Amino acid sequence: MKYKVNEKGYYGDFGGAYIPEMLYPNVEELRQNYLKIIDDADFQKEFHQLLKDYVGRPSPLYLAKRYSERYGANIFLKREDLNHTGAHKINNTIGQILLAEKLGKKRIIAETGAGQHGVATATVCALRNLECVIYMGEVDIERQAPNVARMKMLGAKVVPASSGSKTLKDATNEAMRDWINNPVDTHYIIGSVVGPHPYPDMVAIFQSIISEETKKQLLAQTGSDQPDYVLACVGGGSNAMGMFYHFMDDENVKLIAVEAAGKGVSSGFSAATTYLGKEGVLHGSRSILMQTEDGQVVEPHSVSAGLDYPGIGPQHAHLFKTGRGQYVSITDEESLEAGLLCTKLEGIIPAIESAHALAYLEKMEFKAGENVVVCLSGRGDKDLDTYIKYFNL
Amino acid sequence: MNRIKKLFQEKKNILSIYYTAGYPNTGDTIQIAEALEKSGADMLEIGFPYSDPVADGPVIQASSKQSLDQGMTLKLLFEQLKDLRKTVTIPVLLMGYVNPVLQFGVEKFCEACAEVGVDGCIVPDLPMVEYEEFYKDCFEKHNLSNVFLITPQTAEERIHKIDGLTNGFIYLLSSSATTGKNLEVGNTTEAYFSRIKNLNLKNPTMIGFGISDKQTFDKACSYANGAIIGTAFVKAIADGNLEESVRTFMKKFKA
Ligand SMILES: Cc1ncc(COP(=O)(O)O)c(C=O)c1O
Repeated sequence: MKYKVNEKGYYGDFGGAYIPEMLYPNVEELRQNYLKIIDDADFQKEFHQLLKDYVGRPSPLYLAKRYSERYGANIFLKREDLNHTGAHKINNTIGQILLAEKLGKKRIIAETGAGQHGVATATVCALRNLECVIYMGEVDIERQAPNVARMKMLGAKVVPASSGSKTLKDATNEAMRDWINNPVDTHYIIGSVVGPHPYPDMVAIFQSIISEETKKQLLAQTGSDQPDYVLACVGGGSNAMGMFYHFMDDENVKLIAVEAAGKGVSSGFSAATTYLGKEGVLHGSRSILMQTEDGQVVEPHSVSAGLDYPGIGPQHAHLFKTGRGQYVSITDEESLEAGLLCTKLEGIIPAIESAHALAYLEKMEFKAGENVVVCLSGRGDKDLDTYIKYFNL
Repeated sequence: MNRIKKLFQEKKNILSIYYTAGYPNTGDTIQIAEALEKSGADMLEIGFPYSDPVADGPVIQASSKQSLDQGMTLKLLFEQLKDLRKTVTIPVLLMGYVNPVLQFGVEKFCEACAEVGVDGCIVPDLPMVEYEEFYKDCFEKHNLSNVFLITPQTAEERIHKIDGLTNGFIYLLSSSATTGKNLEVGNTTEAYFSRIKNLNLKNPTMIGFGISDKQTFDKACSYANGAIIGTAFVKAIADGNLEESVRTFMKKFKA
């Protein structure tokens, strides 16, 4: 429990609910009910049924032969890319849509960066016949066009966010404004382990299925449920938190979180939050964020829309500050090269987000026989344009 | 005595004006304050801009962005306010988001407020529990009133708690909304205003968000000690001669 949320909604120095009064009733309603609802046997049954029959879980834990040869260790890929809609995001949206129904909400809003969370939200709204509005930065609408089309086809309204850097942060601002203006009938499905308490905890719980399965699969495949390393990319940090969740208290399992360095951590075009950031408040929680001395949020940059965010979830800030997790970063170029390498070696085109985690393998040194799990958080279909342009395919 | 307290003891139908510091031009902050007092404003809320103002609508977002792009900072604002009390006598509050305050340092922020003669603060994303635990002592030490917001959805028990925590006034939102929405006083809003009025709170109340003209101002005054105008004023001073814009705007309310 050392790394879990306390009764005040904090992880060490981080977390809390820094929200205007307009959001208080909504967030408080969630806080009072989320554990009760999630722990309910009927909820669990329906949640797991959908994960199995609709999402296609458990996702495979694949021992990647050629990667393993290359790095001299057993490299396992946790195949979240094989989920319905192509990323880990749907684990969370299935959970939250069921919860929203229990709370009697009629309208769903969400922010999206890469469009994966938007698609996953639009999907569950279609599934449960609920109205759906997705906020997405103008820049992201352009670079993730296939996902915009998918959301529309799924019946969602996609609203462009045109303030700031026109990316994930700004889409989140717009979603919060929508929620303020629609305080009664609307549930906001936040897509990562960010936002006011209880969101970071709730999203982590829904994503924890990733490490829950991984443990069982490792035990079956290696005879031990304890790998030497687990790696995941971090935008807000939901796939990483899902991947870390059941390993957090196993102190011998090294947790490696890979942030987006963009054009280089010191280039001025980066999203390497723990490296560049300081403690502060963003989107409702106290965490680490990229900001000026005056406390203004700095616009991030990453080639991957899903990592293009100036903060990280409060639980990550806590893992970073306590040294429980190692936070590293990978540049745009390194991630794209790693994406191509994965495609060539394993026949898997990864999302550029996930390629950040894979890229860090190149920088590590392994002992023979070590077991390494990388969360392959999503597939690269949505990123083909970016790959095509970069590699002149 | 705290200027805010005094104002509420002496006056009814209080007109408070919000504007963004450093907008339209960085150097306008004090000039606007002086012009507003001259034209009959009873109280001022000076916004220190933030990059991600989630409680604000498009107009105040844009003014904040322009101000920041032009170089405004909290530090610069306190420099601009150094001689505030040489010319401005009405109560002045600072309004903004919590992160700039955190980076400036809470203690240092309160000291700076007291030093330049600021009477209170409105920090919408500073939660009550955090205020109570980490900020209250510091605010009280420097004789600063911290103003909380309430909405039609705020539970009665919570309103009483807020009433106990604050010593300036309570900021009554006409509806749960971002700034800049027009006030539509229908039956439910009236019922809400009356409900609050009948709670007999120890603090005075000011109605804000969506007050844009004399008619909505008068309506608000019938339920509260006064009203706050933000977006409509920020729009009115976007261009043209500043003093004239202020005077023209204020005339509408003093008629
Ligand atoms: C495939 C994929 N991985 C990772 C992320 C980053 O989000 P998080 O850090 O919450 O896992 C995204 C976000 O859109 C994504 O689509």
